[in-house]
Amino acid sequence: MMDPAVVIDVARLGKTFGPVTAVEDLSFTVRAGEIFGLLGPNGAGKSTTLRMLITVLPPSTGTATVLGHDIVAEADTVRSLIGYVPQERAVDRFLTGREHLELLGGLYHLSRTETNARIDELLKLVNLEEHADRVAKTYSGGMKRKLDIACGLLPNPKIVFLDEPTLGLDVQSRLRIWDYIRQLRENGITIVMTTNYLEEADQLCDRLAIIDGGAIRVIGSPLELKTGLGGDSLSVTIKEYETDKLPRLREGVMSLPLIRDVRLNPTGLDILVESPEKSLPAVIEVAQRVDCSLDGIEYHRPRLDDVFVAHTGHGLRGGTPDAVEE
Amino acid sequence: MTFQHYRQEVLALTMRWVRRLSREKFSMLFTLVQPMLFWLIFFGSLFQRAANIQILEAPNYMSFLAGGVVVMTVLNNGLAGGVDLLFDKENGFLERMMSTPIHRSSVILSRYLFVMAITGMQILVILSIAFIFGVRLETGLPGIAVILVIGMLFGVGLTAISMALAFSVKSHGDFFSMLGFLSLPMIFLSSALVPLSAMPGWMQAVAMVNPMTWVIDAVRPLIITGWNAALPRVGMAFVILAIFDAVCLYGGAKAFRRAIG
Ligand SMILES: Nc1ncnc2c1ncn2[C@@H]1O[C@H](COP(=O)(O)OP(=O)(O)O)[C@@H](O)[C@H]1O
Ligand SMILES: [Mg+2]
Repeated sequence: MMDPAVVIDVARLGKTFGPVTAVEDLSFTVRAGEIFGLLGPNGAGKSTTLRMLITVLPPSTGTATVLGHDIVAEADTVRSLIGYVPQERAVDRFLTGREHLELLGGLYHLSRTETNARIDELLKLVNLEEHADRVAKTYSGGMKRKLDIACGLLPNPKIVFLDEPTLGLDVQSRLRIWDYIRQLRENGITIVMTTNYLEEADQLCDRLAIIDGGAIRVIGSPLELKTGLGGDSLSVTIKEYETDKLPRLREGVMSLPLIRDVRLNPTGLDILVESPEKSLPAVIEVAQRVDCSLDGIEYHRPRLDDVFVAHTGHGLRGGTPDAVEE
Repeated sequence: MTFQHYRQEVLALTMRWVRRLSREKFSMLFTLVQPMLFWLIFFGSLFQRAANIQILEAPNYMSFLAGGVVVMTVLNNGLAGGVDLLFDKENGFLERMMSTPIHRSSVILSRYLFVMAITGMQILVILSIAFIFGVRLETGLPGIAVILVIGMLFGVGLTAISMALAFSVKSHGDFFSMLGFLSLPMIFLSSALVPLSAMPGWMQAVAMVNPMTWVIDAVRPLIITGWNAALPRVGMAFVILAIFDAVCLYGGAKAFRRAIG
């Protein structure tokens, strides 16, 4: 039986366009209430994956269920349960913001009163109340994005799919959109998003799949992924004449909270920690207690960049050989 | 899927097309008072003296041309009917609509409804202007009704071609060059501007397989001759249009299914 906490179950999903294999053999699950990210460079297959899950693109191989419904056989049910925010600014230049939402109200078969109540709510959420009755061609990029998001939320979906929600936005707009997304999670909505920004994946996603060349390379929470590379570490070097105090220092450090592992090296200790900020002062205190003078201490924090390189063999900005500019 | 839902979807989508048109005031003017009118007025007056009334079998060139202009309007509207969907496809709006729980055909139907309504209004505008310039419909108001029905039937097939193109082309440049490639020969290799009898033999042969010719040959006698001459032609046009529409709708549906899945 399926775990009730699993809201999306993807099994060996693949899509080919003629000779081009866009994605291949994808398997992952998304859990209720989380922000799940697909991180990868342009052309990795993120949008293709999303399009299959929102039922607008039939898969070539494999299956997936959304809230227990098959994305092919029960496409209509899936559509009524999800919201979608496409990668392109899919707005009609000639319609006002409100008219976009009214149109979608009709397409989701909401009554007029339901639609209007929902529109008021959403315009407030994305701060577009003042601009609701202007045509979209007068909107800035950030405003169009907000309208896009409001459109995706109109049906009051259980799951929202966002394709590169902050692509090309200025820093302020990006932060605001992160806020909306977190707010959605607080309201119990599950979020599946794609991004090619490492920082965004790191800050926003509860779990993420790194996707490159149409295949998933690794899945986990940002912390797990970074920890997988060794996690944060402190390197303590002690004065040469103090080496006899090293075992006592090691013992003292091991008894501290939030320490994952301590390894001896010829000149000191390598300490794997949960948080270097918290452990640094504690380690110094221990050194003072055992009367051991330190020569130096430095900390290393693996970043998601390192995770990406470790699993794909190249940096995110370098892209894959067949990466396409969009 | 209930009928109520279907109606709600189609209504909301049709409303969008109407709103778009009303936003583009200038384009609305040009849509309703089409450049086709200039054909009627300027060509009608310009070629009046060059035209041989005997060959035309009409009281004057303008009344001869009126039927052709009506059908050219239907042609232009129909062939342009897919343009908005082309842009929707390119900017992702179509995908957004397709991610909602609508019946796949709603978008298409809304487009037909809109294009047909606009085409009907244009036909009425053209006939009114022709009336102002002295063209009297021999078959009166019932004749206008028949012209509208023929126009709609032709328009449905043309709009299907246009939408099929919109769903199949790779870029919108391709779309517009294909349209140009289609529409000019359809006009010139038909009886829109000159009667078949005034054409060289090879041209007549081509014009005979052009559905445009059959449609014009039904509309024109409704304007200039009267019921007796018109009825057999109208019957013939219905048969041709039934075949034309069946082929176009079938092709359109296939292209749509391939693009939307
Ligand atoms: N409709 C399509 N026809 C042909 N190839 C496509 C189509 N859509 C995507 N692709 C190809 O599939 C690959 C993945 O594209 P996409 O999913 O858009 O990547 P991403 O969203 O990660 O940038 C790319 O190589 C792209 O060229
Ligand atoms: Mg993409």
